[in-house]
Amino acid sequence: MSANQVALWYLVASVLFILALKGLSHPEAARRGNLFGMIGMAIAVLTTLTLAERYDLILLAILAGGTIGAVVARRVQMTQMPQLVAAMHSLVGMAAVLIAIAIVNNPTAFDLPDPIPTGNRLELFIGTFVGAITFSGSVIAFGKLAGLGNHFRLFSSAPVVFKGQHLLNLVLALVMIGFGVAFFLGPREAQWPPFLVMTAIAFVLGVLIIIPIGGADMPVVISMLNSYSGWAAAGIGFSLGNSMLIVAGSLVGSSGAILSYIMCRAMNRSFFSVILGGFGGAEGQVAAGTGDKQVKSGSADDVAFLLGNAESVIIIPGYGLAVARAQHAVKEMAEKLIHKGVNVRYAIHPVAGRMPGHMNVLLAEAEVPYDQVVEMEDINSDFGTTDVAFVLGANDVVNPLAEQPGSPIYGMPILEAHKARTVLVNKRSMAAGYAGLDNPLFYMDRTMMVFGDAKKVVEDIVKALA
Amino acid sequence: MTGTLDPTVVNLTVFVLAVFVGYHVVWNVTPALHTPLMSVTNAISSVIMVGALLAAGPRAIDFGSILGAVAVGLVAINTFGGFLVTQRMLEMFKRKEKKGGAG
Repeated sequence: MSANQVALWYLVASVLFILALKGLSHPEAARRGNLFGMIGMAIAVLTTLTLAERYDLILLAILAGGTIGAVVARRVQMTQMPQLVAAMHSLVGMAAVLIAIAIVNNPTAFDLPDPIPTGNRLELFIGTFVGAITFSGSVIAFGKLAGLGNHFRLFSSAPVVFKGQHLLNLVLALVMIGFGVAFFLGPREAQWPPFLVMTAIAFVLGVLIIIPIGGADMPVVISMLNSYSGWAAAGIGFSLGNSMLIVAGSLVGSSGAILSYIMCRAMNRSFFSVILGGFGGAEGQVAAGTGDKQVKSGSADDVAFLLGNAESVIIIPGYGLAVARAQHAVKEMAEKLIHKGVNVRYAIHPVAGRMPGHMNVLLAEAEVPYDQVVEMEDINSDFGTTDVAFVLGANDVVNPLAEQPGSPIYGMPILEAHKARTVLVNKRSMAAGYAGLDNPLFYMDRTMMVFGDAKKVVEDIVKALA
Repeated sequence: MTGTLDPTVVNLTVFVLAVFVGYHVVWNVTPALHTPLMSVTNAISSVIMVGALLAAGPRAIDFGSILGAVAVGLVAINTFGGFLVTQRMLEMFKRKEKKGGAG
Protein backbone atom coordinates (compact mmCIF):
# COMPACT_ATOMS: atom_id res chain seq x y z
CA MET A 1 0.00 0.00 0.00
CA SER A 2 1.29 3.48 -0.82
CA ALA A 3 1.77 6.07 1.89
CA ASN A 4 -1.17 8.01 0.50
CA GLN A 5 -3.50 5.02 0.60
CA VAL A 6 -2.47 4.32 4.18
CA ALA A 7 -3.15 7.94 5.13
CA LEU A 8 -6.59 7.82 3.50
CA TRP A 9 -7.57 4.64 5.35
CA TYR A 10 -6.38 6.26 8.55
CA LEU A 11 -8.65 9.20 7.74
CA VAL A 12 -11.61 6.83 7.42
CA ALA A 13 -10.73 5.29 10.79
CA SER A 14 -10.47 8.76 12.39
CA VAL A 15 -13.94 9.70 11.17
CA LEU A 16 -15.33 6.44 12.53
CA PHE A 17 -13.80 7.17 15.95
CA ILE A 18 -15.52 10.55 16.01
CA LEU A 19 -18.82 8.86 15.10
CA ALA A 20 -18.30 6.35 17.93
CA LEU A 21 -18.24 9.18 20.46
CA LYS A 22 -21.03 11.07 18.72
CA GLY A 23 -23.33 8.06 19.07
CA LEU A 24 -23.15 8.30 22.86
CA SER A 25 -25.49 11.29 22.81
CA HIS A 26 -28.36 8.80 23.14
CA PRO A 27 -28.59 5.21 24.44
CA GLU A 28 -30.27 3.98 21.26
CA ALA A 29 -27.64 5.47 18.94
CA ALA A 30 -24.74 4.39 21.14
CA ARG A 31 -24.62 0.75 20.08
CA ARG A 32 -24.27 1.73 16.43
CA GLY A 33 -21.58 4.20 17.47
CA ASN A 34 -19.68 1.46 19.24
CA LEU A 35 -19.85 -0.62 16.07
CA PHE A 36 -18.39 2.31 14.12
CA GLY A 37 -15.56 2.42 16.65
CA MET A 38 -14.84 -1.28 16.17
CA ILE A 39 -14.83 -0.94 12.38
CA GLY A 40 -12.52 2.06 12.65
CA MET A 41 -10.14 0.10 14.84
CA ALA A 42 -10.19 -2.87 12.45
CA ILE A 43 -9.39 -0.58 9.51
CA ALA A 44 -6.56 1.09 11.43
CA VAL A 45 -4.97 -2.20 12.46
CA LEU A 46 -5.39 -3.99 9.12
CA THR A 47 -4.00 -1.02 7.20
CA THR A 48 -0.94 -0.94 9.45
CA LEU A 49 -0.51 -4.70 9.17
CA THR A 50 0.05 -4.37 5.40
CA LEU A 51 3.25 -2.49 6.26
CA ALA A 52 4.67 -5.30 8.41
CA GLU A 53 7.27 -7.76 7.15
CA ARG A 54 6.56 -10.57 9.58
CA TYR A 55 3.37 -11.47 11.40
CA ASP A 56 4.17 -14.23 13.91
CA LEU A 57 5.04 -11.95 16.83
CA ILE A 58 2.18 -9.60 16.08
CA LEU A 59 -0.51 -12.24 15.77
CA LEU A 60 0.67 -14.00 18.90
CA ALA A 61 0.53 -10.71 20.82
CA ILE A 62 -2.92 -9.78 19.50
CA LEU A 63 -4.24 -13.24 20.28
CA ALA A 64 -2.88 -13.15 23.84
CA GLY A 65 -4.01 -9.61 24.62
CA GLY A 66 -7.31 -9.97 22.80
CA THR A 67 -8.21 -13.11 24.72
CA ILE A 68 -7.46 -11.48 28.06
CA GLY A 69 -9.47 -8.40 27.04
CA ALA A 70 -12.46 -10.41 25.86
CA VAL A 71 -12.55 -12.57 28.99
CA VAL A 72 -12.24 -9.56 31.30
CA ALA A 73 -14.95 -7.66 29.40
CA ARG A 74 -17.31 -10.58 29.84
CA ARG A 75 -16.55 -11.30 33.49
CA VAL A 76 -16.11 -7.86 35.04
CA GLN A 77 -18.84 -6.74 37.42
CA MET A 78 -20.31 -3.31 36.91
CA THR A 79 -19.22 -2.25 40.40
CA GLN A 80 -15.65 -3.02 39.23
CA MET A 81 -15.79 -0.80 36.14
CA PRO A 82 -13.68 1.97 37.74
CA GLN A 83 -10.83 -0.48 38.40
CA LEU A 84 -11.06 -1.89 34.89
CA VAL A 85 -10.96 1.55 33.32
CA ALA A 86 -7.97 2.53 35.48
CA ALA A 87 -6.16 -0.66 34.47
CA MET A 88 -6.81 0.10 30.81
CA HIS A 89 -5.42 3.62 31.17
CA SER A 90 -2.25 2.16 32.58
CA LEU A 91 -1.88 -0.16 29.56
CA VAL A 92 -2.10 2.74 27.12
CA GLY A 93 0.49 4.63 29.15
CA MET A 94 2.84 1.64 29.23
CA ALA A 95 2.41 1.03 25.50
CA ALA A 96 3.31 4.67 24.82
CA VAL A 97 6.54 4.26 26.80
CA LEU A 98 7.46 0.97 25.09
CA ILE A 99 6.81 2.42 21.64
CA ALA A 100 8.90 5.48 22.49
CA ILE A 101 11.81 3.28 23.56
CA ALA A 102 11.46 1.31 20.32
CA ILE A 103 11.52 4.57 18.33
CA VAL A 104 14.68 5.75 20.07
CA ASN A 105 16.21 2.31 19.54
CA ASN A 106 15.51 2.13 15.80
CA PRO A 107 13.78 5.13 14.20
CA THR A 108 14.05 3.69 10.68
CA ALA A 109 11.45 1.00 11.53
CA PHE A 110 8.99 3.90 11.87
CA ASP A 111 10.08 5.66 8.66
CA LEU A 112 11.80 8.32 10.71
CA PRO A 113 15.28 9.59 9.80
CA ASP A 114 18.19 8.44 11.97
CA PRO A 115 19.21 10.47 13.94
CA ILE A 116 15.68 11.57 14.85
CA PRO A 117 15.06 15.28 14.11
CA THR A 118 14.99 17.51 17.18
CA GLY A 119 11.30 18.34 16.72
CA ASN A 120 10.29 14.68 16.77
CA ARG A 121 12.50 14.09 19.77
CA LEU A 122 10.75 16.87 21.66
CA GLU A 123 7.40 15.22 20.85
CA LEU A 124 8.82 11.86 21.82
CA PHE A 125 9.92 13.26 25.17
CA ILE A 126 6.42 14.62 25.84
CA GLY A 127 4.69 11.40 24.76
CA THR A 128 7.03 9.32 26.91
CA PHE A 129 6.70 11.22 30.15
CA VAL A 130 2.94 11.60 29.83
CA GLY A 131 2.75 7.87 29.11
CA ALA A 132 4.93 6.98 32.09
CA ILE A 133 2.91 9.19 34.46
CA THR A 134 -0.30 7.70 33.09
CA PHE A 135 1.00 4.19 33.71
CA SER A 136 2.20 4.50 37.28
CA GLY A 137 -0.58 6.90 38.25
CA SER A 138 -3.21 4.51 36.92
CA VAL A 139 -1.64 1.58 38.73
CA ILE A 140 -2.00 3.51 42.00
CA ALA A 141 -5.56 4.52 41.09
CA PHE A 142 -6.35 0.90 40.28
CA GLY A 143 -5.01 -0.20 43.67
CA LYS A 144 -7.04 2.43 45.50
CA LEU A 145 -10.22 1.56 43.63
CA ALA A 146 -9.74 -2.18 44.02
CA GLY A 147 -9.28 -1.70 47.76
CA LEU A 148 -5.73 -3.05 47.94
CA GLY A 149 -4.90 -0.50 50.64
CA ASN A 150 -4.86 -3.17 53.34
CA HIS A 151 -1.96 -4.91 51.64
CA PHE A 152 0.06 -1.94 50.42
CA ARG A 153 0.01 1.46 52.01
CA LEU A 154 0.62 3.11 48.62
CA PHE A 155 -2.83 1.93 47.54
CA SER A 156 -4.58 3.28 50.62
CA SER A 157 -7.83 5.05 49.76
CA ALA A 158 -6.97 7.54 52.49
CA PRO A 159 -4.63 10.25 51.18
CA VAL A 160 -0.93 9.41 51.63
CA VAL A 161 0.64 12.72 52.55
CA PHE A 162 4.03 13.71 53.90
CA LYS A 163 5.91 16.89 54.57
CA GLY A 164 7.42 18.63 51.56
CA GLN A 165 5.40 16.49 49.17
CA HIS A 166 4.51 19.26 46.75
CA LEU A 167 8.05 20.66 46.82
CA LEU A 168 9.44 17.19 46.06
CA ASN A 169 7.03 16.79 43.14
CA LEU A 170 7.98 20.19 41.77
CA VAL A 171 11.71 19.49 42.03
CA LEU A 172 11.28 16.07 40.41
CA ALA A 173 9.23 17.57 37.59
CA LEU A 174 11.89 20.19 36.91
CA VAL A 175 14.69 17.59 36.98
CA MET A 176 12.65 15.42 34.62
CA ILE A 177 12.21 18.30 32.19
CA GLY A 178 15.94 19.01 32.47
CA PHE A 179 16.82 15.47 31.39
CA GLY A 180 14.17 15.70 28.68
CA VAL A 181 15.84 18.82 27.29
CA ALA A 182 19.21 17.05 27.44
CA PHE A 183 17.61 14.22 25.45
CA PHE A 184 16.13 16.24 22.64
CA LEU A 185 18.89 18.82 22.30
CA GLY A 186 21.83 16.50 23.00
CA PRO A 187 23.81 14.43 20.47
CA ARG A 188 22.54 11.08 19.21
CA GLU A 189 25.43 9.18 20.80
CA ALA A 190 24.45 10.36 24.28
CA GLN A 191 20.65 10.06 23.96
CA TRP A 192 20.00 6.97 26.10
CA PRO A 193 21.07 8.10 29.60
CA PRO A 194 18.96 11.28 29.70
CA PHE A 195 16.02 9.49 28.05
CA LEU A 196 16.01 6.63 30.54
CA VAL A 197 16.50 8.86 33.59
CA MET A 198 13.69 11.11 32.37
CA THR A 199 11.38 8.10 31.94
CA ALA A 200 12.27 6.70 35.37
CA ILE A 201 11.52 10.02 37.07
CA ALA A 202 8.20 10.20 35.21
CA PHE A 203 7.22 6.78 36.58
CA VAL A 204 8.00 7.96 40.12
CA LEU A 205 6.09 11.20 39.57
CA GLY A 206 2.98 9.30 38.49
CA VAL A 207 2.96 7.49 41.83
CA LEU A 208 3.61 10.65 43.84
CA ILE A 209 0.89 12.61 42.06
CA ILE A 210 -1.87 10.10 42.78
CA ILE A 211 -1.09 8.84 46.32
CA PRO A 212 -2.21 12.04 48.13
CA ILE A 213 -5.63 11.98 46.46
CA GLY A 214 -8.36 10.49 48.65
CA GLY A 215 -11.10 8.04 47.80
CA ALA A 216 -13.81 10.68 47.48
CA ASP A 217 -11.96 12.32 44.61
CA MET A 218 -11.54 9.15 42.59
CA PRO A 219 -14.10 10.18 39.93
CA VAL A 220 -11.86 13.16 39.15
CA VAL A 221 -8.65 11.11 39.19
CA ILE A 222 -9.98 8.47 36.88
CA SER A 223 -11.23 11.10 34.42
CA MET A 224 -7.91 12.90 34.62
CA LEU A 225 -5.96 9.71 33.86
CA ASN A 226 -8.37 9.05 31.00
CA SER A 227 -7.33 12.40 29.63
CA TYR A 228 -3.61 11.71 30.15
CA SER A 229 -3.82 8.39 28.32
CA GLY A 230 -5.25 10.26 25.33
CA TRP A 231 -2.53 12.92 25.40
CA ALA A 232 0.13 10.18 25.61
CA ALA A 233 -1.30 8.56 22.47
CA ALA A 234 -1.42 11.95 20.74
CA GLY A 235 2.21 12.57 21.74
CA ILE A 236 3.29 9.33 20.07
CA GLY A 237 1.16 10.34 17.06
CA PHE A 238 3.11 13.60 16.84
CA SER A 239 6.48 11.89 16.94
CA LEU A 240 5.40 9.43 14.24
CA GLY A 241 3.63 12.09 12.18
CA ASN A 242 0.50 9.92 12.29
CA SER A 243 -2.67 12.04 12.00
CA MET A 244 -5.01 9.24 13.03
CA LEU A 245 -3.16 8.71 16.27
CA ILE A 246 -3.23 12.46 16.91
CA VAL A 247 -6.98 12.60 16.24
CA ALA A 248 -7.80 9.58 18.41
CA GLY A 249 -5.52 10.79 21.20
CA SER A 250 -7.02 14.28 21.14
CA LEU A 251 -10.57 12.93 21.26
CA VAL A 252 -9.73 10.83 24.30
CA GLY A 253 -7.72 13.62 25.87
CA SER A 254 -10.47 16.20 25.56
CA SER A 255 -13.09 13.69 26.66
CA GLY A 256 -11.19 12.99 29.88
CA ALA A 257 -10.61 16.68 30.46
CA ILE A 258 -14.31 17.47 30.10
CA LEU A 259 -15.27 14.64 32.46
CA SER A 260 -12.74 15.90 35.03
CA TYR A 261 -14.30 19.33 34.76
CA ILE A 262 -17.84 17.95 35.17
CA MET A 263 -16.80 15.90 38.22
CA CYS A 264 -15.01 18.86 39.84
CA ARG A 265 -18.04 21.06 39.27
CA ALA A 266 -20.35 18.43 40.77
CA MET A 267 -18.22 18.38 43.94
CA ASN A 268 -17.67 22.14 43.88
CA ARG A 269 -13.93 21.56 44.06
CA SER A 270 -11.30 23.25 41.97
CA PHE A 271 -9.17 21.00 39.82
CA PHE A 272 -6.04 22.17 41.60
CA SER A 273 -7.34 21.42 45.07
CA VAL A 274 -8.09 17.88 43.90
CA ILE A 275 -4.62 17.48 42.40
CA LEU A 276 -2.95 18.78 45.54
CA GLY A 277 -4.85 16.13 47.42
CA GLY A 278 -5.24 15.39 51.10
CA PHE A 279 -9.04 15.41 50.94
CA GLY A 280 -11.56 12.65 51.45
CA GLY A 281 -9.96 10.36 53.98
CA ALA A 282 -12.45 10.96 56.75
CA GLU A 283 -14.95 8.31 55.74
CA GLY A 284 -16.76 6.68 58.60
CA GLN A 285 -16.06 9.39 61.16
CA VAL A 286 -19.03 9.99 63.38
CA ALA A 287 -20.07 13.57 62.83
CA ALA A 288 -19.67 15.97 65.71
CA GLY A 289 -22.73 17.19 67.54
CA THR A 290 -25.08 14.34 66.76
CA GLY A 291 -25.78 13.62 70.42
CA ASP A 292 -28.15 16.46 71.21
CA LYS A 293 -30.31 16.13 68.11
CA GLN A 294 -33.09 13.61 67.70
CA VAL A 295 -33.76 11.57 64.61
CA LYS A 296 -37.01 9.79 63.92
CA SER A 297 -36.53 6.25 62.84
CA GLY A 298 -38.98 3.74 61.48
CA SER A 299 -39.24 0.18 60.23
CA ALA A 300 -39.45 -1.25 56.74
CA ASP A 301 -43.21 -1.64 57.25
CA ASP A 302 -43.55 2.10 57.95
CA VAL A 303 -41.60 2.86 54.80
CA ALA A 304 -43.73 0.50 52.74
CA PHE A 305 -46.86 2.21 54.05
CA LEU A 306 -45.58 5.69 53.19
CA LEU A 307 -44.36 4.63 49.75
CA GLY A 308 -47.54 2.73 48.94
CA ASN A 309 -49.74 5.71 49.73
CA ALA A 310 -47.65 8.25 47.84
CA GLU A 311 -48.51 9.55 44.40
CA SER A 312 -44.94 10.36 43.46
CA VAL A 313 -41.66 8.93 44.73
CA ILE A 314 -38.10 9.91 43.85
CA ILE A 315 -35.42 7.38 44.74
CA ILE A 316 -31.96 8.79 45.34
CA PRO A 317 -29.39 6.01 45.02
CA GLY A 318 -25.83 6.42 46.30
CA TYR A 319 -22.78 4.24 46.14
CA GLY A 320 -23.81 2.60 49.43
CA LEU A 321 -26.64 1.01 47.48
CA ALA A 322 -24.23 -0.57 45.01
CA VAL A 323 -21.93 -1.75 47.79
CA ALA A 324 -24.89 -3.51 49.41
CA ARG A 325 -25.82 -4.96 45.96
CA ALA A 326 -29.35 -3.73 46.48
CA GLN A 327 -30.03 -2.48 42.92
CA HIS A 328 -32.17 -5.46 41.96
CA ALA A 329 -34.20 -5.27 45.15
CA VAL A 330 -34.74 -1.55 44.57
CA LYS A 331 -35.92 -2.22 41.05
CA GLU A 332 -38.38 -4.81 42.36
CA MET A 333 -39.65 -2.29 44.90
CA ALA A 334 -40.06 0.35 42.20
CA GLU A 335 -41.97 -2.07 39.97
CA LYS A 336 -44.40 -2.90 42.77
CA LEU A 337 -44.99 0.79 43.39
CA ILE A 338 -45.47 1.52 39.70
CA HIS A 339 -47.95 -1.34 39.61
CA LYS A 340 -49.88 0.43 42.38
CA GLY A 341 -49.96 3.58 40.25
CA VAL A 342 -47.16 5.46 41.98
CA ASN A 343 -44.97 7.69 39.80
CA VAL A 344 -41.43 6.43 40.55
CA ARG A 345 -38.26 8.07 39.30
CA TYR A 346 -34.58 7.86 40.18
CA ALA A 347 -32.51 11.01 40.72
CA ILE A 348 -28.82 10.76 39.88
CA HIS A 349 -26.14 13.08 41.20
CA PRO A 350 -23.12 13.32 38.86
CA VAL A 351 -20.79 11.91 41.54
CA ALA A 352 -23.10 9.10 42.69
CA GLY A 353 -20.65 6.23 42.26
CA ARG A 354 -16.92 5.85 41.79
CA MET A 355 -16.67 7.16 38.23
CA PRO A 356 -18.69 9.40 35.91
CA GLY A 357 -22.03 7.80 35.02
CA HIS A 358 -21.37 4.82 37.28
CA MET A 359 -24.76 4.83 39.00
CA ASN A 360 -26.58 4.90 35.65
CA VAL A 361 -24.79 1.72 34.60
CA LEU A 362 -25.49 0.04 37.94
CA LEU A 363 -29.20 0.80 37.57
CA ALA A 364 -29.20 -0.25 33.92
CA GLU A 365 -27.64 -3.54 34.98
CA ALA A 366 -30.59 -4.06 37.33
CA GLU A 367 -32.82 -3.48 34.28
CA VAL A 368 -34.18 -0.16 35.45
CA PRO A 369 -35.54 1.52 32.29
CA TYR A 370 -33.36 4.55 31.52
CA ASP A 371 -36.35 6.85 31.07
CA GLN A 372 -37.08 6.51 34.82
CA VAL A 373 -33.55 7.71 35.59
CA VAL A 374 -33.24 11.49 35.69
CA GLU A 375 -30.16 13.70 36.03
CA MET A 376 -29.85 16.24 38.83
CA GLU A 377 -30.54 19.41 36.81
CA ASP A 378 -33.70 17.94 35.33
CA ILE A 379 -35.28 16.66 38.52
CA ASN A 380 -34.36 19.19 41.20
CA SER A 381 -37.32 21.45 40.47
CA ASP A 382 -39.71 18.50 40.99
CA PHE A 383 -38.83 17.71 44.62
CA GLY A 384 -41.18 20.41 45.95
CA THR A 385 -44.18 18.63 44.45
CA THR A 386 -43.02 15.11 45.32
CA ASP A 387 -44.61 13.11 48.13
CA VAL A 388 -41.63 10.97 49.10
CA ALA A 389 -37.91 11.27 48.49
CA PHE A 390 -36.21 7.99 49.38
CA VAL A 391 -32.46 8.36 49.95
CA LEU A 392 -30.60 5.05 49.70
CA GLY A 393 -26.92 4.98 50.57
CA ALA A 394 -26.30 8.62 49.65
CA ASN A 395 -25.28 11.36 52.06
CA ASP A 396 -23.21 14.35 50.95
CA VAL A 397 -25.09 14.73 47.67
CA VAL A 398 -28.32 15.46 49.58
CA ASN A 399 -26.79 17.57 52.36
CA PRO A 400 -28.68 20.89 52.60
CA LEU A 401 -25.61 22.45 54.26
CA ALA A 402 -24.42 22.98 50.69
CA GLU A 403 -26.94 25.81 50.48
CA GLN A 404 -25.65 27.46 53.66
CA PRO A 405 -22.93 30.08 53.22
CA GLY A 406 -19.92 29.29 55.37
CA SER A 407 -20.32 25.53 55.41
CA PRO A 408 -17.38 23.51 54.05
CA ILE A 409 -19.44 22.19 51.16
CA TYR A 410 -21.20 25.49 50.42
CA GLY A 411 -21.91 25.79 46.70
CA MET A 412 -21.80 22.09 45.92
CA PRO A 413 -24.81 21.25 43.76
CA ILE A 414 -27.10 18.83 45.61
CA LEU A 415 -30.25 16.86 45.00
CA GLU A 416 -32.87 18.89 46.85
CA ALA A 417 -34.43 15.93 48.67
CA HIS A 418 -35.20 18.15 51.70
CA LYS A 419 -37.90 19.90 49.66
CA ALA A 420 -40.01 16.75 49.34
CA ARG A 421 -43.11 16.38 51.55
CA THR A 422 -41.63 13.34 53.26
CA VAL A 423 -38.00 12.24 53.27
CA LEU A 424 -36.97 8.64 53.92
CA VAL A 425 -33.31 7.88 54.49
CA ASN A 426 -31.72 4.46 54.62
CA LYS A 427 -28.28 4.34 56.20
CA ARG A 428 -26.26 1.74 58.03
CA SER A 429 -25.52 4.11 60.90
CA MET A 430 -25.25 7.80 61.68
CA ALA A 431 -21.67 7.95 60.36
CA ALA A 432 -20.80 11.01 58.30
CA GLY A 433 -20.16 10.90 54.56
CA TYR A 434 -16.87 11.41 52.75
CA ALA A 435 -16.91 15.11 53.52
CA GLY A 436 -17.00 14.27 57.25
CA LEU A 437 -20.01 16.54 57.77
CA ASP A 438 -23.21 16.18 59.71
CA ASN A 439 -26.33 16.20 57.55
CA PRO A 440 -29.28 18.36 58.76
CA LEU A 441 -31.57 16.45 56.39
CA PHE A 442 -31.60 13.57 58.89
CA TYR A 443 -33.00 15.73 61.71
CA MET A 444 -35.91 17.34 59.85
CA ASP A 445 -39.44 16.77 61.18
CA ARG A 446 -40.45 15.37 57.82
CA THR A 447 -37.58 12.88 57.75
CA MET A 448 -37.73 9.27 58.83
CA MET A 449 -34.57 7.19 59.08
CA VAL A 450 -34.52 3.47 58.33
CA PHE A 451 -31.32 1.97 59.66
CA GLY A 452 -29.79 -1.20 58.29
CA ASP A 453 -28.21 -2.82 55.28
CA ALA A 454 -29.78 -1.37 52.12
CA LYS A 455 -30.48 -4.74 50.55
CA LYS A 456 -32.10 -6.19 53.66
CA VAL A 457 -34.22 -3.08 54.23
CA VAL A 458 -35.42 -2.88 50.65
CA GLU A 459 -36.23 -6.58 50.54
CA ASP A 460 -38.31 -6.15 53.70
CA ILE A 461 -40.11 -3.24 52.08
CA VAL A 462 -40.84 -5.36 49.02
CA LYS A 463 -42.35 -8.05 51.27
CA ALA A 464 -44.42 -5.47 53.14
CA LEU A 465 -45.72 -4.04 49.88
CA ALA A 466 -47.14 -7.36 48.71
CA MET B 1 5.99 32.35 1.41
CA THR B 2 9.29 30.55 1.37
CA GLY B 3 10.60 27.24 2.67
CA THR B 4 8.92 23.87 3.11
CA LEU B 5 6.14 23.18 5.56
CA ASP B 6 7.39 21.60 8.79
CA PRO B 7 5.46 18.34 9.47
CA THR B 8 5.06 19.47 13.08
CA VAL B 9 2.92 22.37 11.86
CA VAL B 10 0.67 19.94 9.99
CA ASN B 11 0.46 17.77 13.11
CA LEU B 12 -0.41 20.78 15.20
CA THR B 13 -3.19 21.73 12.78
CA VAL B 14 -4.69 18.26 13.00
CA PHE B 15 -4.30 18.29 16.78
CA VAL B 16 -6.03 21.62 17.38
CA LEU B 17 -8.92 20.75 15.08
CA ALA B 18 -9.32 17.32 16.68
CA VAL B 19 -9.43 18.85 20.16
CA PHE B 20 -12.23 21.16 18.97
CA VAL B 21 -14.15 18.24 17.50
CA GLY B 22 -13.62 16.23 20.70
CA TYR B 23 -14.77 19.12 22.86
CA HIS B 24 -18.04 19.56 20.99
CA VAL B 25 -18.79 15.87 20.56
CA VAL B 26 -18.14 15.01 24.21
CA TRP B 27 -20.30 17.81 25.60
CA ASN B 28 -23.16 16.22 23.68
CA VAL B 29 -22.71 12.87 25.39
CA THR B 30 -25.58 12.23 27.77
CA PRO B 31 -24.37 12.01 31.40
CA ALA B 32 -26.07 8.63 31.73
CA LEU B 33 -23.49 7.23 29.29
CA HIS B 34 -20.36 8.69 30.84
CA THR B 35 -19.10 5.29 31.98
CA PRO B 36 -19.46 3.75 28.49
CA LEU B 37 -17.80 6.93 27.19
CA MET B 38 -14.76 6.18 29.32
CA SER B 39 -14.58 2.53 28.31
CA VAL B 40 -14.96 3.35 24.62
CA THR B 41 -12.25 6.00 24.86
CA ASN B 42 -10.09 3.28 26.44
CA ALA B 43 -10.70 1.23 23.33
CA ILE B 44 -10.10 4.14 20.97
CA SER B 45 -6.83 5.14 22.61
CA SER B 46 -5.64 1.59 21.94
CA VAL B 47 -5.19 2.75 18.34
CA ILE B 48 -1.72 3.54 19.68
CA MET B 49 -1.31 -0.07 18.60
CA VAL B 50 -0.40 1.19 15.11
CA GLY B 51 2.85 2.49 16.60
CA ALA B 52 3.45 -0.83 18.33
CA LEU B 53 2.73 -2.72 15.08
CA LEU B 54 5.37 -0.67 13.26
CA ALA B 55 7.86 -1.52 16.01
CA ALA B 56 7.02 -5.23 15.88
CA GLY B 57 6.89 -5.38 12.06
CA PRO B 58 10.51 -5.51 10.78
CA ARG B 59 11.83 -8.85 9.49
CA ALA B 60 14.80 -8.96 11.86
CA ILE B 61 13.81 -9.53 15.47
CA ASP B 62 15.65 -7.21 17.82
CA PHE B 63 15.15 -5.39 21.10
CA GLY B 64 12.78 -2.90 19.45
CA SER B 65 10.51 -5.47 17.85
CA ILE B 66 10.20 -7.41 21.11
CA LEU B 67 9.14 -4.20 22.87
CA GLY B 68 6.73 -3.56 20.02
CA ALA B 69 5.18 -7.01 20.34
CA VAL B 70 4.77 -6.56 24.10
CA ALA B 71 3.07 -3.22 23.48
CA VAL B 72 0.79 -4.81 20.88
CA GLY B 73 -0.23 -7.44 23.43
CA LEU B 74 -0.88 -4.86 26.16
CA VAL B 75 -3.08 -2.58 24.07
CA ALA B 76 -4.88 -5.50 22.43
CA ILE B 77 -6.39 -5.99 25.91
CA ASN B 78 -7.84 -2.49 25.58
CA THR B 79 -8.96 -2.93 22.01
CA PHE B 80 -10.98 -6.05 22.69
CA GLY B 81 -11.81 -5.41 26.33
CA GLY B 82 -12.78 -1.78 25.77
CA PHE B 83 -15.16 -2.29 22.86
CA LEU B 84 -16.69 -5.47 24.27
CA VAL B 85 -17.34 -4.12 27.75
CA THR B 86 -18.84 -0.98 26.18
CA GLN B 87 -21.07 -3.20 24.09
CA ARG B 88 -22.08 -5.12 27.20
CA MET B 89 -22.99 -1.95 29.06
CA LEU B 90 -24.90 -0.46 26.14
CA GLU B 91 -26.96 -3.65 25.89
CA MET B 92 -28.12 -2.94 29.43
CA PHE B 93 -29.44 0.43 28.32
CA LYS B 94 -31.66 -1.19 25.73
CA ARG B 95 -35.28 -0.22 26.10
CA LYS B 96 -36.96 -3.16 27.78
CA GLU B 97 -40.16 -4.58 26.39
CA LYS B 98 -42.80 -4.88 29.09
CA LYS B 99 -42.83 -8.46 30.23
CA GLY B 100 -46.12 -9.79 31.56
CA GLY B 101 -44.89 -12.00 34.36
CA ALA B 102 -42.29 -9.62 35.83
CA GLY B 103 -42.74 -8.63 39.48
